[in-house]
This record gives sequence, C-alpha cells and structure tokens, in this order.
Amino acid sequence: MFGTYDVPDQRNLLDQTRQGIIGKPLDRPEAALKVTGTATYAAEYRPENCAEGVLVTATIAQGRVLHLHRDEVLSMPGVLGIFADKRMLRRPAQGTAGQAPVQDVREVEYYGQPVALVVAESFEQASHAAKALRIDYAPEGDVPFDAGKAEYESGQKPVILGDLDEAMASAAHSVDLTYTTEGHASAAMEPHASIAAWQGDVLTLWGSFQMISHNVKELADSLRISPRNVRIISPYVGGGFGSKLGISHDAIAAAIAARELGRPVRVVLTRQQVFDTIMRRSETRQRLRLAADASGRLTGLGHEAWVSNLPGEKFAEPVTQATEFLYGGENRKLAVNVARISRLTSGSVRAPGEAVGMQVLEAAMDELAEKAGLDPIELRKRNLPASQPGKDRPYSSRMLVEALDQGARAFGWDARKPRPCMRREGEWWLGMGVASAARVNMLRPASARVRLEADGSLLVQSDQTDIGTGSYAILGQIAGEMLGVPITRVRVELGDSSLPSGAGSGGSFGASSTGSAVFRACEAIRDRLAHRLGIPVEALELRDGIASGQGRSRPVTELLQGEALEQVGRIKPGKTQMDYAQASYGAFFCEVAVNAFTGETRMRRMLGAFGFGRVLNAKTARSQCLGGMVWGIGAALTEEQSFDLRDGRLLNHDLAQYHVPCHADVPALEVILLEERDAPASPLQAKGVGELAICGAAGAVANAIYNACGVRMRSFPMTPDRLIAQLPDPIARAAD
Amino acid sequence: MPPTPPARFKVNGTPVQYGGDPRRSLLDFLRDELSLYGTKKGCDHGQCGACTVIVDGRRINSCLTLAVMQDGCQITTVEGLGSDDDLSPLQRAFIAHDGFQCGYCTPGQICSASAMIAELAEGWPSHVSDDLLSVLPTDEELRERMSGNLCRCGAYSNIIAAIRDVMPVAG
Ligand code: FES
Ligand code: FES
Repeated sequence: MFGTYDVPDQRNLLDQTRQGIIGKPLDRPEAALKVTGTATYAAEYRPENCAEGVLVTATIAQGRVLHLHRDEVLSMPGVLGIFADKRMLRRPAQGTAGQAPVQDVREVEYYGQPVALVVAESFEQASHAAKALRIDYAPEGDVPFDAGKAEYESGQKPVILGDLDEAMASAAHSVDLTYTTEGHASAAMEPHASIAAWQGDVLTLWGSFQMISHNVKELADSLRISPRNVRIISPYVGGGFGSKLGISHDAIAAAIAARELGRPVRVVLTRQQVFDTIMRRSETRQRLRLAADASGRLTGLGHEAWVSNLPGEKFAEPVTQATEFLYGGENRKLAVNVARISRLTSGSVRAPGEAVGMQVLEAAMDELAEKAGLDPIELRKRNLPASQPGKDRPYSSRMLVEALDQGARAFGWDARKPRPCMRREGEWWLGMGVASAARVNMLRPASARVRLEADGSLLVQSDQTDIGTGSYAILGQIAGEMLGVPITRVRVELGDSSLPSGAGSGGSFGASSTGSAVFRACEAIRDRLAHRLGIPVEALELRDGIASGQGRSRPVTELLQGEALEQVGRIKPGKTQMDYAQASYGAFFCEVAVNAFTGETRMRRMLGAFGFGRVLNAKTARSQCLGGMVWGIGAALTEEQSFDLRDGRLLNHDLAQYHVPCHADVPALEVILLEERDAPASPLQAKGVGELAICGAAGAVANAIYNACGVRMRSFPMTPDRLIAQLPDPIARAAD
Repeated sequence: MPPTPPARFKVNGTPVQYGGDPRRSLLDFLRDELSLYGTKKGCDHGQCGACTVIVDGRRINSCLTLAVMQDGCQITTVEGLGSDDDLSPLQRAFIAHDGFQCGYCTPGQICSASAMIAELAEGWPSHVSDDLLSVLPTDEELRERMSGNLCRCGAYSNIIAAIRDVMPVAG
C-alpha cells in the first residue's frame, strides 16, 4: 500500500530514460553558494533581537547539582538569565530515536555534561558569565570510568552456529587474535548550533541536523509540545558523521531560554563541548578466531567484541555487523558485549560497527592468509559464500571479487613483496596492504514531492538533509532524468520540516531511500504525461522537455496545459530487505612507508574500488569515497580519544589534540567506481556509499605496515609509540 | 567597561569601524556584525583554519585576533574573493574538482589557498622545501602549506587538484 518495496524492480528504468544526466559527474547545484560562503549554516540566521546562550558543563563526573550561584552572575553586564531546567538534555538523542533522550541537568552522569545555560546580550558576555558561574555539587554514584572495572552485558543477540572451539582445534590453519581500537569523535567541522524563536506556541529552530523528521519529534517530546508546533530548518549542514542524527543539548536549551525570555536565543556548542557531550564511537576490544582447512577455506569464524556506553543506553557499537555476512565458516560465534561506564554517550559515528569491526577482521584475514600461504586476495575470494551463513538468503549483488581484481590491477598489486622488510628507501620501510570493504545496505521510509511546473521546470522537495553527501545533486538528477528536464531547470529544496519527510542522512541510506521516493513521484507524473500523450507509459520518452513515443511527439508544456503536475512519492522497506543480504562492497589497496627509526607511518598511495549499485552522481559519489578513505587513514594512524581513568573525562577534546587527518597526511587518493545494478536494494538499483570507504580501510594500512616492516599491529591507531618497540633493527635489517 | 577608541579598517574594500566590546574576535565581528558569514567558526581556538581570512596579504585565523586590533588593516574574506556571478578562478576550480562536501571548511580553504599561492610565488620556503632558495610547488609543498585547514569531509585530494589548476606553474 504505502509504497513498500517488496519485489525487486528489475526494469532498470534509469538506464532507459533519455535525459542522460543520471550518474553523470555534475557539479553540485549549491556549489557556488559554498565556495562564496553564502550557504547559510545553523548559526548564521539573524532573527531580530537574538540573545546569546553559552552552556555550562559539569566539573564532576557523577552526582547532583546542589546550587547554582545565580545572583553573582545575573548582576554581570548583559546577562539575561540562567537556565537549568529539568527538560534540558543530559545526553543527546541516538539516531532515529524519535523521542526525548535522557533529560534533567540537575543530575550529572559524566564529566563535562551540560548543567546550565547562561544567556546574555552578547556572546562575549555569555561566555564570561558561563565561566564565572559557581556551582555546588554533591558528588555521588559508583559507575566505573574504566571498562576494565565494569560489568559487561550482552549488547545484541549473539550469533552461534555449530562448534567454533572444535573448528579451531581441528583447523589446518588458524589465528586467535585480540585487537583494540580507541574511541573516535565525529568532529564535524561545523559545531552543533541552534537558534530558537517562538511565535506564540510555534517554535522555529534553525539547527544542524541529519534526520529532520525524527529531530522534530525529539525536540517536541523533550519540550512536551506537539510536533506540529515545531519547525526545523536545516538546509546546509557542516558535516554530521552521526553526530547530528539526534537532537542535542543546544536545541532544547535554546528553545527553553527563548520561550522564557520572549526573544530568540542562539546556542552554539564550543568545540570542546562538541567533543565532551555529543557522541563518541566506543573503544573496542575484539577477539578474532579464524579456522581454515588446508585449502584456506574458512570452517570457523569467531568475532567477539567488548564495547562501552553509559548505563541504560541501547546503542552498542555493532562491531560484528559485516562479519555476519561477509565470509563463510559454518561454525560461528559473533557477539557484542557492552560495559556500563561513566563517559560521554556512545553512539553512531560514521559507519557504526563496520568502521572498527571490518578493520580488525581484515587485519586478521591477512594473518590467516600468511599462515595458509595464500595471497590475501586469493584467501578472500575463496571464502565468499553463496548465501548468507545461518540465514540462507542470497546476496542481492556483491561486487567484491570485481573490486579486488580491478583494484589490484590498477594499483599494481603484483609488485608487492611476498615477505616483510624487502623494500627499503633510506630510512623508510615500504610495504603494501589490501583489505575488503563491506557495509550493510538499508532502505528507510522516505517521501518527497516533485512538481513539474507549467513552464516545464522541476521542483523537488523533501526534508532530506545534505550534509555534504550530495543530496541536492542526486535528487535533482533523478528527477531530471525521469522527467526529461535539463538539470539547469531543476530546483531542489531540502532540510525544512515543512516539506515531506525524507529518510534523512545516516547509515548511508539517504540517497537510495529519498531518491527512491523522488523516483516514485516521477513515475506517477510519467504515467499522467503518457496518458495525456495517448501512449502507454512503457513507450514514453522524455527529453529536454519533449514527450514522445509511438510516433507521437509534443512539448511537455503543451501536455501540462498551463497547470503544474505535483506528486508526493513514498517508499518503505519491505520484503526485499528481508529476503536478501544487502551490502555495498569494495577493496582497499595502500602503500605505506614506515620510518625504520621512529615508527612513523606515512601513507604513500591509496586506492579504493567500490561497488554500491547504481552511481547517481559520479562526482559526489567519488567524493564520498575519498572522505571515507581519509577517515580510514585517521582510524589507522592518528585518531584516538584519551580518557582520564580517574573521572572519565575526555582529555583530548579539541582539534589540536584529537588528530583528524590533515592535508599533509593524505596523498592523492584513487577511486574506482564499479558499474553495478542492485535491484533488491532499491528501485534505483542503488545502494549506500557514504560509509563504505572507511569499512576495512585501516585494516589495509595495518597489513601494509606488516608488509613494510614485519610488525603486526593489533592496537589502533598505529602510532609511532605503539610501533617503535616492535620494529626490527633499523641497521642490521637494512635491506633483505 | 572603559571606552575603547574605535579601530578603523577595511573589509573587502569597504571602510568599517569597531569600538565595541574589546573581547570581540575579528571572526565574530565579521560574522555577527557585518553578516559576512562566509568566514566560519570551527573551533575558535586556531586549530581548524575554517576562519581563515587575508589581512594585509597574509592569511590568518580570524578567531585568534581581536576586532579592535585591526586598525589600519585591509581585510579580505571569501566574500571579497568572488561572488555568485563573478567567481574567482580558484572558486571555479573548487566547484569543478568538488573540493568540498559539506562546505563548512571551504571558505577557509579558499582564502588560505589564495594567500598560499602568493607566498609560493614570492619564494617563501616551508618545512618540506628541499632547497630554501628555490622552492618548487610540488604537491607535497601544497599539502604542507594547507595543513592548517582541516577538512573532516576529507576533500583533500580534490582541494589540491583544484589549487593545482590555478597555479601559475605546474610542479
Ligand atoms: S575557528 Fe579559527 S582556527 Fe578554527
Ligand atoms: S567540506 Fe566539510 S569539512 Fe571540508
């Protein structure tokens, strides 16, 4: 009924349409705004008489707020109010929550948690007053700060098939390895920001969000008002990477203060507050057990993970998500355990699960390949099952072999030395590594409105966000392609909750889900145009504003007779999501140089080959892949959150100390986009791309480091201090 | 608050003056008083480069200087480099190479690159220059010199390609 996607759409309609823009590397329609600095981000609206709010954060880890010394601060210049309302958020909302997260800032659950908002006429006054606000606390609570001291509970239903212990015992080749990965921050360049303005009972909130229809509900529920009275505007989002999936502290605080003061209030998190209060990717400990027969075929696969989160949070980093379907091995044990600790909330950070799970799985596969005496590519190819283990459902489409083969050719994999320490350039060991990429594919409920104007131009509208992903570009291309409208005559409006609900940006599902809604709206319009032309829709061709077929041809504007055609398209996940194992796949190749004396690793070359169904815009899709690979470099070499074990505070809570890759860390990356059509995934035959290019990347780097210098790194990031103790003698081993 | 003598300076060629709260950063002045929101705030601590503007020909982080300190300065922001209907060659190259995704670091990258190209042309060496007297505009040089501008979207390869496009000499 409501657009459920139950039967794979095998028509490949977008291959038959004639406008010729789908998939093309077109420039982003909003590009000129972005390069001239005129695209408007959350903090950049100026409602009249807007006051400035600055959050105050806790200097204890757990306990109660006893007293705010308000009077001392209320008398400071410009100060308008101090807010510590029980509706204000202790934790941000998880992705797709759709309801209020944990509220009430009179209690403290982790160091750095917001406890109050100070509002003043100017930002400087508010910042000063926020620093001056003295708070009395009653420290209490006994939640540990360190997972090593915490109780674990099961984070998801484990997968147990056959007898893994027995498979390990009888394996011809096996590895049993424990890895650790440190926590990651999303660190989107735009800090979270909200401007709240009330008109009567109606709240307008300019914010920076990924999933607007959910965010409206979260905001309304937190404020105990009707979602109908909330409008969120978020047309440009300065990066999200999971951190803006749910509503955060700034939004509720701004709304409460604005209501109370009777004037708009802006609240922008400081960079440190973004680090301290939004979302972290949990650190992980992972045990990998791989058992193989003499030919290298997997007979057993164990992947167990230990992660952490605050008490009561449902989210547990789904580390084994891709391990469930990627490789064979009839005896399996996959499990995620979560420790309850007092640190900021764990949640989705770009590619939750696979980002850390795949890098470790792929590092372990490299070790198994060596034991089995196989090229690592060959080992992977030997272990691709015909159907998903334990579920016996087919793969919708899987381009892994193509990615490995084409990637290997383009990269020059055959030049890789079979053993470590065989290439040396001055003080640098050189080596190459490979890894598979895999990320689950999801379709999410979405709707979008398409309006074919009487003059033949097009308007596409949805509350779908564009967080840099290319939504503006690809939604316009889908509509223009389907309705034969040149791209210059297509307008796309996004990021406003008054528009139909898109899927939002998260889990790489935005393009295929909201794109499918646009596709379906266009199909309905095509039906009507075909009817008016008097031909069956199967025969209809639309190009450059001309409708033709079966020997007839008329300008679309004539068929419209001065009236626009408008349609809301909808899609919901259906049977295809259950019937097939759906994922995007790829392969990473990289060449690193490891300093023989210092253990510093430099990325020399990196290539990724990716298959994610139909490419909707080759330029923006490639950029998504580049971005993912850069994240892979960060996860491999530099990114780690450090916590104080005495109080759980994040120590490196800014961009000087949390090292996201910079220009100098990233060589010219190469990306190969593979041609693929995945009909079970979506009517566009497209899958997700935004996260794929991280999933496994750091594993390729680990494998390259081993190939270079013979050190098997099992703790990420692979910083010089971790490497140096294990390095071979830099002089004695100068060149094997 | 003691009265502050107003600082008089030019922003994108237009004379402005500022005599308000001396704590106001140049960044906040540009954004909230001149509505020049092209200059972005990513960290407010000189750690990300999103706020890069060009002051008297040199790129600086506008979050690390105060508005009252700009007396007599000529300031160029991204809005001064080009506009929607009159894009600079570098802005056009950023579009063609998709030198951004979310766009938040982009004005800073563009301001930084504009000034960086001039620094290279004047022969300023950097940490990675092999020869301090004759600096070659290699990709490594460009990356080193742009490393104060973070891009979490990871558009680095495309940014370097865009800059390379408008460099007077290929390296
Ligand atoms: S805002 Fe100035 S360097 Fe980050
Ligand atoms: S384009 Fe998003 S941070 Fe650079």
